[in-house]
Amino acid sequence: MNVAMSTPTPAEHTLVAVEMAGVHKWFGQFHVLKDINLTVMRKERIVICGPSGSGKSTLIRCINGLEQHQRGRIVVNGTELTRDVRSLDAARRDVGMVFQQFNLFPHLTVLENCTLAPIWVRGLSKAEAEMRAMHYLERVRIPEQSYKYPSQLSGGQQQRVAIARALCMNPKIMLFDEPTSALDPEMIKEVLDVMIELAQEGMTMLVVSHEMGFAREVADRVVFMDDGQIVEINGPDEFFARPRHERTKLFLSQILR
Amino acid sequence: MTTRTFVRTAFAPNEPPPLEADSTASRFARSLFATPANFALTVLSVGIVALVLPPLIRFLFLDATWSGTSRDDCLANAGACWPFVRAKFGQFIYGFYPAAERWRPNLVLAFGALLLAPLLIPAAPFKRTNALLFFGVYPVVSFVLLTGGNLDLQKFLLGRFLQWTTVAGVGFGIGLRWAFWTDFLFSAVVIVALVAALAALLRASVFAAVTAAGMVLAGLGIILLAVDLDFGLAPVETRSWGGFLVTLIVAVTGIVVSLPLGVLLALGRRSRMPAVRYACILFIEFWRGVPLITVLFFATYMLPLFLPRDVTFDTLLRALIGVALFAAAYMAEVVRGGLQSISRGQHEAAAALGLGYWRMMGLIILPQALTLVIPGIVNNFIGLFKDTTLVLIVAIFDLLGQIRASFADPNWATPVTLYTGFAFAGVIYFVFCFGMSRYALYIERRTAAYGRGS
Amino acid sequence: MKRPAAESKAAAPPRRGGSLAADPRFRAFVVQAILLIAIVWIGWTLFENIRQNLAAQKIASGFGFFGETAGFGISQTLIPYTEESTYGRAFFVGLVNTLIVSALAIVFATILGFAVGIARLSRNVLLARLAEAYVEVLRNLPLLFQILFWYLAVLGTLPGPRQSTPLLGAVYLTNRGIIFPKIGLEPGSGIVFGALGIGFLLALILRFLQRRQMLMGSERRSFGWLTLLLIVGLPALAFVLTGAPVSLKWPELRGFNFVGGARLNPELLALLFALSTYTASFIAEIVRAGVLAVPRGQTEAAFSLGLSRRTTLRRVVAPQAMRLIVPPLTSQYLNITKNSSLAAAIGYPDFFYVFAGTTLNQTGQAIEIIAITMAVYLAISLATAIFMNWYNRAIALKGA
Repeated sequence: MNVAMSTPTPAEHTLVAVEMAGVHKWFGQFHVLKDINLTVMRKERIVICGPSGSGKSTLIRCINGLEQHQRGRIVVNGTELTRDVRSLDAARRDVGMVFQQFNLFPHLTVLENCTLAPIWVRGLSKAEAEMRAMHYLERVRIPEQSYKYPSQLSGGQQQRVAIARALCMNPKIMLFDEPTSALDPEMIKEVLDVMIELAQEGMTMLVVSHEMGFAREVADRVVFMDDGQIVEINGPDEFFARPRHERTKLFLSQILR
Repeated sequence: MTTRTFVRTAFAPNEPPPLEADSTASRFARSLFATPANFALTVLSVGIVALVLPPLIRFLFLDATWSGTSRDDCLANAGACWPFVRAKFGQFIYGFYPAAERWRPNLVLAFGALLLAPLLIPAAPFKRTNALLFFGVYPVVSFVLLTGGNLDLQKFLLGRFLQWTTVAGVGFGIGLRWAFWTDFLFSAVVIVALVAALAALLRASVFAAVTAAGMVLAGLGIILLAVDLDFGLAPVETRSWGGFLVTLIVAVTGIVVSLPLGVLLALGRRSRMPAVRYACILFIEFWRGVPLITVLFFATYMLPLFLPRDVTFDTLLRALIGVALFAAAYMAEVVRGGLQSISRGQHEAAAALGLGYWRMMGLIILPQALTLVIPGIVNNFIGLFKDTTLVLIVAIFDLLGQIRASFADPNWATPVTLYTGFAFAGVIYFVFCFGMSRYALYIERRTAAYGRGS
Repeated sequence: MKRPAAESKAAAPPRRGGSLAADPRFRAFVVQAILLIAIVWIGWTLFENIRQNLAAQKIASGFGFFGETAGFGISQTLIPYTEESTYGRAFFVGLVNTLIVSALAIVFATILGFAVGIARLSRNVLLARLAEAYVEVLRNLPLLFQILFWYLAVLGTLPGPRQSTPLLGAVYLTNRGIIFPKIGLEPGSGIVFGALGIGFLLALILRFLQRRQMLMGSERRSFGWLTLLLIVGLPALAFVLTGAPVSLKWPELRGFNFVGGARLNPELLALLFALSTYTASFIAEIVRAGVLAVPRGQTEAAFSLGLSRRTTLRRVVAPQAMRLIVPPLTSQYLNITKNSSLAAAIGYPDFFYVFAGTTLNQTGQAIEIIAITMAVYLAISLATAIFMNWYNRAIALKGA
């Protein structure tokens, strides 16, 4: 069992972005998340890695309620996720997510992709929403593509739009679910550059990724998962230089040649 | 403050999922009453069920008349009049097929079931032989059994030119005529010679061409012999056929004829030869663009005008031709769907092995494509099965036609006769169509699973 | 090594067998030539047979019958028609009747089909099951069975006009059809309808302005009451000012039947009910499949942006599902039009019944009449196919 956790005091509360305590989840009979304990502080950058099927994606999908956990507690920005729909809505408004497959809306232009949620969730006017969208599209360096449809863009461009779309909601936390895994090698860098900038600006980030260079550069801590549980957490330098757990060593030896 | 670093010392065990308060029952309850709108929908649904189900059960079972022999027994009850169905059962199933000869349709149905069952079960062996029996032998046997055979064929292709043969019109005493069979032999020789000449012209193998033509003609000869021989069966005119028997005959004939025809049309539609392609497109789109009822009218009123004056078809045969052509066009589109889903790689691989067009199609492409479209074929058959009811518009009495006709019988005129007849027909149609649709679904899932596995 | 020889061999196209016969192009030519000859030969034989048969049976040919007096009555005529009208006129009466029943059935089947299809996807287990039962029962019974059921077992067993009791005071369900109050129009009624139209137009403009304002960022104001006033108040005012020119004509029982009021024939009703409910079961499946085919990632992305279930459905799922739904939906509409020819079984005077039925019976000109009948249905199919292709291109994903 993990280290026992004390309930955060109000002072700490404001510093904690995400708190997962004793979280378990099952898919049918399959025990997919086991005893997850993880506290993410504000402005902290966490990279989660591990072999496929180890539960990384499920873990971050629990944070914005795309998957529901069955035991333990998850607190996002001071709101505990329960079965109550309102708690989910509250959490989702402050948590942005970027998917492996981009999941842009193919029937909307790039601009419309970015303005949909601000208009319908935040109640912004179309003009305001478009201004905000253009701001973020400039930040991900594709303002000139705003009137194109997603299928007209390259994979890297699509993923940058997806990031801009999430940012348009002014989230406090960003979740990245293997954002570069579906990209051709030459496009990975343009996406990672945007993510690095975001990290430098102080965004709280949880990133599921196998990009070890990215982890070294921006991560405050690296989380290694295997078999549905957290095996090791450490700062990136320690993690890569002196992995402590046998499984971590094995994993690193396989992916770092 | 929590620890910044962590190393797991003991691995967490796999545990069974918790028996939460969120059981199936509570999820069910939540799905019904979670929101006011949901609650309203639940109330609405319960209302509809309450409106439909109890009267239906009362009519079919509780208030129904189960025994009796005449309409008087049914007048007392408000429910279904099952004695009516019992009294008319033979008519519903066979029409006016003579009672003494009903063992023949029974035999046909039994053969059909025996051949079809192993064909439908994916694991059953001998598929090829089985399919050959069902699509090749069974129709001929059924034809002889149902009509009585002994067609008394008069002349074949060259009959016009071989006038002398009709003089020697005496038969062998077993239902065959000299005239026809000499005509057939002459025609066969002429055709084989033509084929050989064509093969020589194209520098193809003369031997192979002659063998192929000879086999086709031999097959044709055997079929003609079977329908021409006198087996001593009393002839039964198609006019007296009816009921479910006709429903099955129309549907099964439609599918048996339309499958090979549909395959050829689908191949033709994908052919690189423009004349072949456009001929097939025209044929397919024509039949798909018109309602079946116009096709039946076409077959009934127009087909006789297309044929030489001394050739007459009976009504059922005309309808069968119409249905078969109509079904073939739809079948072609189903098969085309299958052909399109076979990747180019398969074509290229087959071509790389040096296979010609027909071998490539027959050995590589069609087996895969047809396996893929089995659900489509079954769904086509369901449509055809339902469409057979349309023959009642051209005065052929299938199951629905017989039931409708039985409403006019004054001996069974009761307030519930109408509903009873519809209930009986409805149950039969539903059981067959629903059963087949479930089968199609089962094959579809099985194919999908197989596809994933490979 | 004889290099020059190899080179010359490569330069000339290789010819196995050294003849035309091995050339696939030549073979293709021969096959196509044989096919064309066969088609022409069959066509010529059929034509010859027809010529001989017609001559022998002394059947007239040609299209002169279009101008002759039909001499039969038609129970439902939306364009002027009497027994003295020509066959040509009867042709159009039938065509209009076919289009009417098809159009009505398309509207009802679409509404019912979408409702049932969405109900099948409901989280309410009972409702979903009920919708599934509807689909399975309706699509597994032959359409003709259902038409006859509605006609004989439902509408045919309603009470006669004298025994029927009115529904809602003025609607009579009888075995002669549904009888309901008719809208009587007197001079001046045009003004009332004009006012109604203007009211709607103004309300639409108002709504447009309101949306624009909302998007421009000013505060939202509700114009609900003003809209109501425009749509209801304006025509009401016109109604009073012009002296009530629009009135309801109530049906009255005289003798064995009703006078006044409007009537829907039981044939039309049976055909309409059966076509709508039957086709709705197929449309429901199309709708369900369309919605299910929208990738899960789309709803997940929408949810993680904080969109509600409702907005996700309307703004993300529905537009994408529609692209998948429309093509098979159009072919269902085509099926409705073709299936409306089953009217012949119950005597609804649609195009097929009037033309291929009665007209064929009276003139005996099977070839012309069946050919025209098929041509009409083919034309409808072709027009639908052209429209569908155009529409498909119009809504296709841009850049895809």
